Amino acid sequence: MMQQIVMYPLLFQLFLSIALIFLWKKISWQKAVSIIGSFINLGLSIWLFAHVWENGTKSIQAGNWEAPFGISFVADAFAASLVLLTAIAGLAVSMFSAGSLRSARLKFGFYPVFHFLLLGLCGAFLTGDVFNLYVWFEIIIICSFVLLTLGGERSQLEGAIKYFTLNFLASVIFLTAIAVLYGLTGSLSMADLATKVAEIENRTLVQVNALLFLVGFGIKSAIFPLYFWLPASYHTPPPAVSAIFGGLLTKVGIYALIRMFTLVFEIDPFIQNVLLGIAFLTLFSGAIGALVQNNVMKIFSYLVICHIGYMIAGLGMMTEVALAGAVFYLFHDILVKTNLFMVSGVINRIKGTGDLKKLGDLYADRPLMSFLFAIPLFSLVGIPPLSGFWPKISLISAAWDLNNYWIIAAILLGSFLTLIIIVKLWSEVFWKTGQKLPEQQNFPYFNKLRNYKKTQLIVPIVFLSLITLYIGFGAESIQNLSVRISEELLNKQIYIDAVFNK
Amino acid sequence: MKTLILRTASKYMLPLLLVFSVFILLRGHYLPGGGFVGGLMAAIAFVLHAFANGLENTKGLLRIDPAILMPIGLALALLSGIAPVLAVDLPFMSGLWWPDPVPIVGNLGSALFFDIGVYFVVIGVTLTIIFSISESA
Repeated sequence: MMQQIVMYPLLFQLFLSIALIFLWKKISWQKAVSIIGSFINLGLSIWLFAHVWENGTKSIQAGNWEAPFGISFVADAFAASLVLLTAIAGLAVSMFSAGSLRSARLKFGFYPVFHFLLLGLCGAFLTGDVFNLYVWFEIIIICSFVLLTLGGERSQLEGAIKYFTLNFLASVIFLTAIAVLYGLTGSLSMADLATKVAEIENRTLVQVNALLFLVGFGIKSAIFPLYFWLPASYHTPPPAVSAIFGGLLTKVGIYALIRMFTLVFEIDPFIQNVLLGIAFLTLFSGAIGALVQNNVMKIFSYLVICHIGYMIAGLGMMTEVALAGAVFYLFHDILVKTNLFMVSGVINRIKGTGDLKKLGDLYADRPLMSFLFAIPLFSLVGIPPLSGFWPKISLISAAWDLNNYWIIAAILLGSFLTLIIIVKLWSEVFWKTGQKLPEQQNFPYFNKLRNYKKTQLIVPIVFLSLITLYIGFGAESIQNLSVRISEELLNKQIYIDAVFNK
Repeated sequence: MKTLILRTASKYMLPLLLVFSVFILLRGHYLPGGGFVGGLMAAIAFVLHAFANGLENTKGLLRIDPAILMPIGLALALLSGIAPVLAVDLPFMSGLWWPDPVPIVGNLGSALFFDIGVYFVVIGVTLTIIFSISESA
């Protein structure tokens, strides 16, 4: 049984979604099954992570077809920790959506699709085959499209069309890139590609191919010139859906970029300059975008874009320290962004609006809750010793070693602008004396909710905040993990040997 | 389109098409065919029946809501995939085969159950889509 451990989180998510379809009309059952299932899934992911941490990279060949002919599933420390983070974020959002979503949305199958989405995410992290990665991306797109449009409000459909068109384009580019790669090498297994791509003589074609992958994954991870779909769509669905989107969807693109550019493609000076330029512009444009917004959800949407820049910068620098920084930032960002979208949902529930101009008084009304919300907000800025601070040190010291002062400037500028944005948000939402808002009819205000619903809204935020605090105060262990991951990423042979069972 | 000819023909076509869809499903392992095509054919059989006799009659004939076929099919496919994991500790989706060929069906293996799962999912999806479109039209 221990041999197949790599697949357990995947199989369990699939089982969960099927079980939830059987319970299509019984919503309260669905809630219970989803939350309990997410707990079990968290247990399985911790088990997988501990196993990989103890015994190193582990792979299995689906269908028992030998690599490189079959599809391999590979759990190295990177993939296993992302599966663990997906399980954590999934548990939080599962509970949050039980408290926050209207039953009209739940009736149309929110939970089964949500678990299919988590299945797609885990699959994308664990797969060791490029085409299989494409399939998981498709599952993610289809599920996210359903989640975006559930409820069928006008703004939702508008956002969904933009989202779907650009992501679909990204899939086409990604598929083209796979086709070229397959034409060049005759293989789709990443471990096999790692050796074969290096031997191709036509380097120009390889470079073009690498750029195709960069554009395809770039659209999905919302990097600089390709991010327009994100702020157009992320504020339209309910906060529970935005939370899982903002926390995990763009990060899959980053994961795929890091995986492809460490394992399959070499980073040459040209691509390095492209990546660093993109990182700079992503940080800058995302932050500027967030600065001018007046809606809490929109601000967070732009901040999702902004902070992608840090990870691209880490990937572009491609040293051990820089990759460790990028990986650490990825971990921190998944938890904090998921948490922030849930926070924005609760703020919306308390006041009935997400507009900065109308909000206010939150600190006076609910000091304890404001204190709780401060944790993710200030972790995002990276105020030491909170979690956003540590990866930036790695990134800056890596840039210092490379004498790349532009990147240092970009990282500092990004943090500084984030600080301004969060301070503005804090003073507007929490400290300002707000105006009296007219009470809306039929709006489920927070203080009108029953106690168990309130718990379902607050507990996930507490849960994720505690983990964020752990990342901040226990940074050493996370740093150890990130350094180990970046060592593994830079030493391809570990991955290749694990797949071919040498 | 309630013509007498179509109605009479559909009565005979329905079982014939269903049997043929099962035949296509079974031959699919080595030859063209399989769960997807078979499922489409079975769905077409019911759609043809609905054209001739009206949606209500076909629903009465089916007795169950076709949507329930989707999770049943998915569960069957998942079971055929995890059977090797649970039974003999081989990777997910490894083929398990019954040693002796079974008459009519041929070699019996876990792949067949995956195909049957696909067959049910396709029937369920197609019928759900077509029924809900024709209801709203």
